Amino acid sequence: MYGIGILKGFSVTALNMIRAPFTIEYPDRRVGLLGLAKASGMNPLVFALKRPAAAVKAALGVAKIPARLPQHSRFRGQEFVWYEERCTGCASCAKLCPLGIIRIVTDPSGRQTQEGEVYDVEVFDIDLARCMACGICVEVCPYDALHMGSGFERARYAFPNLMITVDELKRAPKRPSTWFRPQLEAKGYDPQRSGTADWKLVGRHETPTAEQLKRTWVDERTR
Amino acid sequence: MTDGFLDNAFFRNIYCNLASSGSDRCAGGGPFGDGLLPPGWEWLAFLVTAFVTVFVVVNGALMAVNLYIWGERRLLGRLQGRLGPNRWGPFGLLTPIADLIKVLSKEDIVPAAADRLVYSLAPVLLVVPVLLAFAVIPFGSSTWAANLNVGVLYLIAVLSVESFAPITAAWGSQNRYAMFGGLRAVALLVSYELPLVLSLIGVLMIAGSLSLVDIVNAQDVPFALVQPLGFLVFLIGSVAEIQRAPFDLSEAESELVGGYHTDYSGIRWGLFQAGEFMSTMVSGAIIATVFLSGWRGFDFLPSHAWFFIKFAGVLFVMTWIRATLPRLRIDQITSFAWKGLLPLAAVNLLASAVLSLIWPRPSVGELWAMAAVNVVVAAAAIYVLGQFGPKPGERPRPAVAPALGATGREGAA
Amino acid sequence: MPIRTEPVTVNIGPHHPSTHGVFRLRVTFDGEVVVDAEPVFGYLHRGTEKLAEERTYVQFVTLSDRMDYVASMTNNQGFMLAVEKLAGITPSPRGVWLRMIAAELQRIASHLVGIGFFLQDLGAFGTPLIYVMRERERILDLFEMLCGARITVSYMRPGGVFMDAPQDFWPALDTFLADMPHYVDEYERLITGNEIVLVRTKGTGKVPAETLVNASVSGPMLRAAGLDWDLRIKDPYEYYGRVKFDVPLARESDNFARYIVRIQEMRESVKIIRQCVEQIEPGPVRPKEVPFLIRPPAGDVYAHIEGPKGELGYYLVSDGTIAPYRCKVRAPSFINLTLLRDMLVGWKVADMIVTFGSIDINMGEVDR
Repeated sequence: MYGIGILKGFSVTALNMIRAPFTIEYPDRRVGLLGLAKASGMNPLVFALKRPAAAVKAALGVAKIPARLPQHSRFRGQEFVWYEERCTGCASCAKLCPLGIIRIVTDPSGRQTQEGEVYDVEVFDIDLARCMACGICVEVCPYDALHMGSGFERARYAFPNLMITVDELKRAPKRPSTWFRPQLEAKGYDPQRSGTADWKLVGRHETPTAEQLKRTWVDERTR
Repeated sequence: MTDGFLDNAFFRNIYCNLASSGSDRCAGGGPFGDGLLPPGWEWLAFLVTAFVTVFVVVNGALMAVNLYIWGERRLLGRLQGRLGPNRWGPFGLLTPIADLIKVLSKEDIVPAAADRLVYSLAPVLLVVPVLLAFAVIPFGSSTWAANLNVGVLYLIAVLSVESFAPITAAWGSQNRYAMFGGLRAVALLVSYELPLVLSLIGVLMIAGSLSLVDIVNAQDVPFALVQPLGFLVFLIGSVAEIQRAPFDLSEAESELVGGYHTDYSGIRWGLFQAGEFMSTMVSGAIIATVFLSGWRGFDFLPSHAWFFIKFAGVLFVMTWIRATLPRLRIDQITSFAWKGLLPLAAVNLLASAVLSLIWPRPSVGELWAMAAVNVVVAAAAIYVLGQFGPKPGERPRPAVAPALGATGREGAA
Repeated sequence: MPIRTEPVTVNIGPHHPSTHGVFRLRVTFDGEVVVDAEPVFGYLHRGTEKLAEERTYVQFVTLSDRMDYVASMTNNQGFMLAVEKLAGITPSPRGVWLRMIAAELQRIASHLVGIGFFLQDLGAFGTPLIYVMRERERILDLFEMLCGARITVSYMRPGGVFMDAPQDFWPALDTFLADMPHYVDEYERLITGNEIVLVRTKGTGKVPAETLVNASVSGPMLRAAGLDWDLRIKDPYEYYGRVKFDVPLARESDNFARYIVRIQEMRESVKIIRQCVEQIEPGPVRPKEVPFLIRPPAGDVYAHIEGPKGELGYYLVSDGTIAPYRCKVRAPSFINLTLLRDMLVGWKVADMIVTFGSIDINMGEVDR
């Protein structure tokens, strides 16, 4: 009871003061002169001579450089990636969403649909206000058309703006997460580094064998 | 007016430039030639000097508290492995200003049941005494606002006014959480005032004066070494007196939400925060002055720098304590004051009394001798106290009156 | 002569810094002493059990994450055990090992949060809380590698887990396992020997072991009373029979004992994960033949696991359709809370908050 334990506690906090802090700064990082020079790949002295204004700013402690959060390629972002070319409009995702927040309207519209054609998806609304990013819609997609995205900056000022529409899905950058897509992982795809992914890249490309086709189409139907 | 008034270089510069050279206080005029005012107008010179000084000290304190809040937050961040505020301005220095603007622009809510006058008075009661306390602190070898010959007494008197603030706030806001906080604060402040003052008396005996300037002058050896026990008691006592962790039970966030300032918002709440930080600064300044030989140091730095270094060191220790220790319970805090600090302060007082009887006007060598004796006394006293101190886990569950237990059930049903 | 004062009733919560969510306590105080406490809960009720009746078994995995949201992995695990038992699925060995690794990581994370908030309730100015969050973040990073999410993981599927761990998971796990004991040592240096913590927690919040058993309390709270009851030993589910570990016990049954049991359990969990990593075998992580829509035969089943907070049980009734007919969750937080009044009455305000914190509840699980 002489405060020995308290002094030990003081040593722990002092040790943590000397250690590097573990804060990850986002969306930008405050840097000093050394940090800014390092970020631009220059010797601090050379940097100070070449860009004196930026150097003074950095020395005063008001310089900042953009920073990105470390993120695994499996990260389940809410900005969905949808491949129009792959989607048949089967609405498996809408059926199996636990919250029922996906609304899909395809275009049968009395047209004669020929074999090999896909439905025209007119409405593909995802209500992100209620989405919990569980990824079941991605899991059940039989054609690998829907993927979780890699971004997460979806804050909006009003609820209606949280709705992802089909136009937005078409426009969105195609950076799919590798969540539930082992084929992407096998190719070493990383949404942060590898850039956008084409629709041809993201499929499973498993050519079914004749036996598999027979089992699916013949055996199960005759049973 | 005492003539100690003109020991202060800052005063002298202003006053003697204004007053005529013929005046009895500054014969020969100021640094910039003769006085600007004709003879007989010394009262105006005095008034202007006093006003300027008060203005500088008060605003200096208010600016310094901003800097201190920033420093404490950065330091707390680093002690916790974080960065601390670094967004506004260089290294986040403008964060307190941003906070101030935010606090000023928030709605000032007065609860409907509150006693308006008392409610509004409480923040002022916390801030004003702290500002008054800055008056007697010597910041440098010849920089102070007033050199009172009863400086320590003045400090104690002014700072005990501060203890009214929590109970006033609690009473005024008519909130049960606040009432808990206010009553706890009163119990705490009353308990710790006594060891705090007793530990100061030892210093006064050795220095032989109540004036803070004289106390600094007497410290050929810092009194923290001459009076280790007194220093320890005063440090702990002042942490308790300003109600910071581990003695922050009056605003105990995890228990009482905000304690006595639960209902305050806007600038009133801001005044509470500023007042708390300022009282921390005052405590730091008092410790630096009374126990760490104030502005005295080696010659290669000016006296103000020495004061600032010691002051910052004390504040660092206080922040460190705040970052490390959990809170004590109310009965543990009061029993620590009465059974722990008070006997220690009394032992210190006794030892100092005996020692100052032996060496009435101590020289440097005698001060070192006192330090040696006092270190032994301190170690022995702490050891003996530790033998009789409370052991964890021995406290039985307190009995509850059954009648009271019954009322609660009925009320809840 | 004792001074009698008027008893005062105060509502602690539902919005209060240390009610761990939206919990409400109507407390009657006599001065600082608690004379009566009445817990009121239900503010976070989302009807999870009812929702389960309209969801398929895999869909409910996502909802089970949201019950105890600081221990989602173990929630998934318990539910998967129940579904497998109900539908007669034999899980893949690799999937089971991965589930065990994930569950033990989650146990560490949950205990970290429990200790951090316990110290926060003690009044430490956020320091231990931020230290434990640092290590928890590393665990959450591992979860992000496994399943792309950090808190609400939805990692497990009937028969195993949905996807194998990525290649970079194993080195990251190894570094974490190497670091974790040092971190625990650091907490012990900061907290365990601290005299203020000792005087605050030792001897406070005591409950006799008999009362705990009568209230069917489980988990670290029970083990802190010296009762050797750990379902991983007593009823080994998954492959817990194949790993060796000790069950930390304490005798005092006070707040400090609960804290120290949690600290020791983190060390044991690190041991378990090490053994899992040694014994894990290659192969599929879930059997190919398990469909997405499971139609278990009609019947009922109860499966339980040792969650971080106590016995987490799922009682499922199937009527042969794709959704359960009834899903009942035995939530450890809820059942551990039932003793609250007995634990609080007679103590001071500060002890009340600390005792409440030492139970380590999660309101998402209490109210479901």
